[in-house]
Amino acid sequence: MALSREFWQGFRDATPFILVIIPFGAVFGVVATEAGLNLAQVMGFSVLVIAGAAQFVAVQMMVENAPVLIVLAAALAVNLRMAMYSASLAPHLGKISWWKRGAVSYFMVDQAYAAAILKYENTPDMRPAQKMAYYFGVVTPICPLWYLATWGGAVLGTAIPAGLPIDFAVPITFLALIVPMLRSAAHVVAALVSIIGVLVFAFLPFNLGLLVAAALAMMAGAEVERRMRARDAS
Amino acid sequence: MTMTTAQIWTIIVGLGLGSYLLRLSFLGIIGNRDLPEWVLRHLRYTAVAVMPGMITPMILFPQATGGTLDGVRLAAAVATIAISFWTKNATLTIFGGAAVLFALHFTLG
Repeated sequence: MALSREFWQGFRDATPFILVIIPFGAVFGVVATEAGLNLAQVMGFSVLVIAGAAQFVAVQMMVENAPVLIVLAAALAVNLRMAMYSASLAPHLGKISWWKRGAVSYFMVDQAYAAAILKYENTPDMRPAQKMAYYFGVVTPICPLWYLATWGGAVLGTAIPAGLPIDFAVPITFLALIVPMLRSAAHVVAALVSIIGVLVFAFLPFNLGLLVAAALAMMAGAEVERRMRARDAS
Repeated sequence: MTMTTAQIWTIIVGLGLGSYLLRLSFLGIIGNRDLPEWVLRHLRYTAVAVMPGMITPMILFPQATGGTLDGVRLAAAVATIAISFWTKNATLTIFGGAAVLFALHFTLG
């Protein structure tokens, strides 16, 4: 089966993410190795969990010798946003076969979700098979490089120069994804509620403030949209 | 770290399995059923509801600077937003934002 146009479009759209995946995978490899994990365990994290933020939280708490259940709860709370992504992708990818949805789920990382949802909303006439091809195109350069960069960091160790502001590659990548999503007043309101909400609820443990802020922001966006439609209809 | 090998693998496998189930949740359950309009209306705002909140603390309180506001990072964030508005191109935005970040880091930092 030849790979479709949509696949290569996704592949191309994902190439700038390499800039963030490689330093982050490498830093995780270094940090996890320095924490005392062996190569199999470090790779176990990046291959089985495949979610940078949650992996960092877990390793950090393991270093502090937190109880196993607490480590799991805290790291899973960081990944609760994935359930929101899953719901958001369901109207687009729910019609493909169950095993393909299983594969989509495994590769559901922030960049894949954001790039895919932006594409689906800008191109509403895509068929489910084309949407899936685009999604797998996006994850193809991202996920294998995540494993490879983790491995590199674990094996090569601290060859990465300290002091460089590479932590900031993450917000830069997400800003590049978020700004084009601000297409309507409703989207802008949702984004503002998200920002204010996360600051207001910063006191909540386990990153739960983000979930509260996100829920409020979704309600705010939906409500503004409903009112704008009601106004247009009247 | 004083964890046993079994404890470490329990965390890795448990976190992997739990994360997978979170990712599969709605995609697996809903499948090809149609959702009511009010649910879809909320879901349309998922990305703009999660991502700005996720990066706000990274921009304002970076862990790398011990959680204090950092002029270089803040300026790079503002520049990235400006480049994105102007160019409407993700690749240019990411490389442009990274260029501003490193330029400021080596001149001011």
